[in-house]
Amino acid sequence: MIAERNDESLSGSSAGSHVDPATHQEPAVALSAATITRAGQQVLADVELTVSHGEFVAVLGPNGAGKSTLMLTILGLLPLAAGQASVLGTEPVAARPRVGYLPQRRAFDESTRVRGVDVVSLGLDGARWGLPVPISPAARARRRDVRRRVRETIELVGASEYAQRPIGELSGGEQQRLLIAQALVRDPELLILDEPLDSLDLPNQAEIAALLDRICTGRGVAVLLVAHDVNPLIGYLDRVIYLAHGRALEGPVEEVITSEKLSDLYGAPVEVLRTTQGRLVVVGTPDAPHHHGPRHGHP
Amino acid sequence: MLAHEFVRNAYLAGTAIALACGVVGWFVLLRAQLFAGDALSHVAFVGAVAAAAAGVDIRIGLFALTIGLAAVMAGLGRRGGADDAVIGMVFAWILGIGVLLLAVLSTSSGGGNAAIASTTLFGGIYELSASTAELAAAIALLVALGVAAMFRPLLLSTLDPELALVRGIPVGALGAGFLILVAVVTAESTQAVGALLLLGLLAAPAGAAHKLTTSPYRGVALSAVLAVLAMWGGLALSYAVPSLPASSAIIGLAAAGYVSASAVPTALRRAASAPRA
Repeated sequence: MIAERNDESLSGSSAGSHVDPATHQEPAVALSAATITRAGQQVLADVELTVSHGEFVAVLGPNGAGKSTLMLTILGLLPLAAGQASVLGTEPVAARPRVGYLPQRRAFDESTRVRGVDVVSLGLDGARWGLPVPISPAARARRRDVRRRVRETIELVGASEYAQRPIGELSGGEQQRLLIAQALVRDPELLILDEPLDSLDLPNQAEIAALLDRICTGRGVAVLLVAHDVNPLIGYLDRVIYLAHGRALEGPVEEVITSEKLSDLYGAPVEVLRTTQGRLVVVGTPDAPHHHGPRHGHP
Repeated sequence: MLAHEFVRNAYLAGTAIALACGVVGWFVLLRAQLFAGDALSHVAFVGAVAAAAAGVDIRIGLFALTIGLAAVMAGLGRRGGADDAVIGMVFAWILGIGVLLLAVLSTSSGGGNAAIASTTLFGGIYELSASTAELAAAIALLVALGVAAMFRPLLLSTLDPELALVRGIPVGALGAGFLILVAVVTAESTQAVGALLLLGLLAAPAGAAHKLTTSPYRGVALSAVLAVLAMWGGLALSYAVPSLPASSAIIGLAAAGYVSASAVPTALRRAASAPRA
């Protein structure tokens, strides 16, 4: 059964991984009664979500359910139509410098002849104007600091071996590690990843999930990850938030991903099957766009 | 040879223009905007012809039309880029106007139009006056400084526009700004190597640099150095062989540099892999 398997694998990972709550009074993300509209149409209503520091939470749901849109709201790029949103104890916009973000993406073009290490470095100083000319001692010190942080972050994600190679020549998994390093190099308190496991093969999905769990536990970073398959993440997740039909359901995996809860969310009979390996399979979701559902596509 | 004023003028303008072409070209290739550069160079030709038809300094036509069209392309395209359909349409439409203007010119004026057409199409770097050369050098240096100023935000918005937006970079405005810098370089280089050939100065050194190094800073610097070397070598060759037009020599050397650079990594890879295998 999945619950038992989870408990086993949790013992080494996210269980007991929570950062001392005394050091962080405010949750990393707190949405209450949040309603999000986009282009005049309601995407999500009455979303309740609390992510504490050091928690690993997955955002699940069918295509077009508003997963990316919810992330844009947390990043402060899309204001709430109603309800409250607080990120790292402040307004989403004000919190943005302390948030690492990995957008949903396609792979880098093969002809992109820029090293991985430069891509990571842009995560730190990509918004700075001018050239980092090391003329003053302060500028030299800053450049050393940038290089050290970039090197350490690349080591953390295990990408040292190929960080000097052009990013376009790397595999999807290698690129994804470097992009996670790019998001992490700023030392964010909250890491938002939009479908980072998309287009990776199964071993790479497992490795990236394990890496994110290490970041969560080791650094106390809250991780909010958009995924359309929960299976690579099972065992690492503290909680999930499942979006469908404009509504959201939040809780532990084994409580949310059940036939009863998902049927209720979809308003149609949905069955959750558990394979002998502990994988979850959701069948019977009405996946065609709903007649009143304005939720198509991603940003 | 530097005793001649026209040679000094050519080296002054040529060096700065090559530098700007190399710097801008590296980003043009990374952003896959070479087609936009090509369209702008043809627009530059039409701008010069239009200025001649109106009886004003051809530089006014060059800059007005290239910068204006860069702005239009940036406005029509997504996020300060410009999609290929827009560019292709603008490109052909403007060239059509150029053909019309040439026809108007040849019926109204005596024969100066042929010289203007030839100079703007193929360049006349040895015909620049001292003041023209100085202005060209100043503008090219400003363009290079402009790229230096926007270096990292431009790199980030090229590689990852979504993240750049979240980091507060005005991706659209930056893309438009860059396209305008490309337009300025184009207008400037038209006077030196001509509208038909300047694409080579934009593409070849930058292409070679992309092949030789994957570090952005080194890449831009190398691209600029290669462009300047092609310029100096081309000017010297053309001076030594009077029947060889300067623009042919410059572009020929730039292309030769690209071909050599393509051979280098392959040779290095072979050399590196052979002993270990």
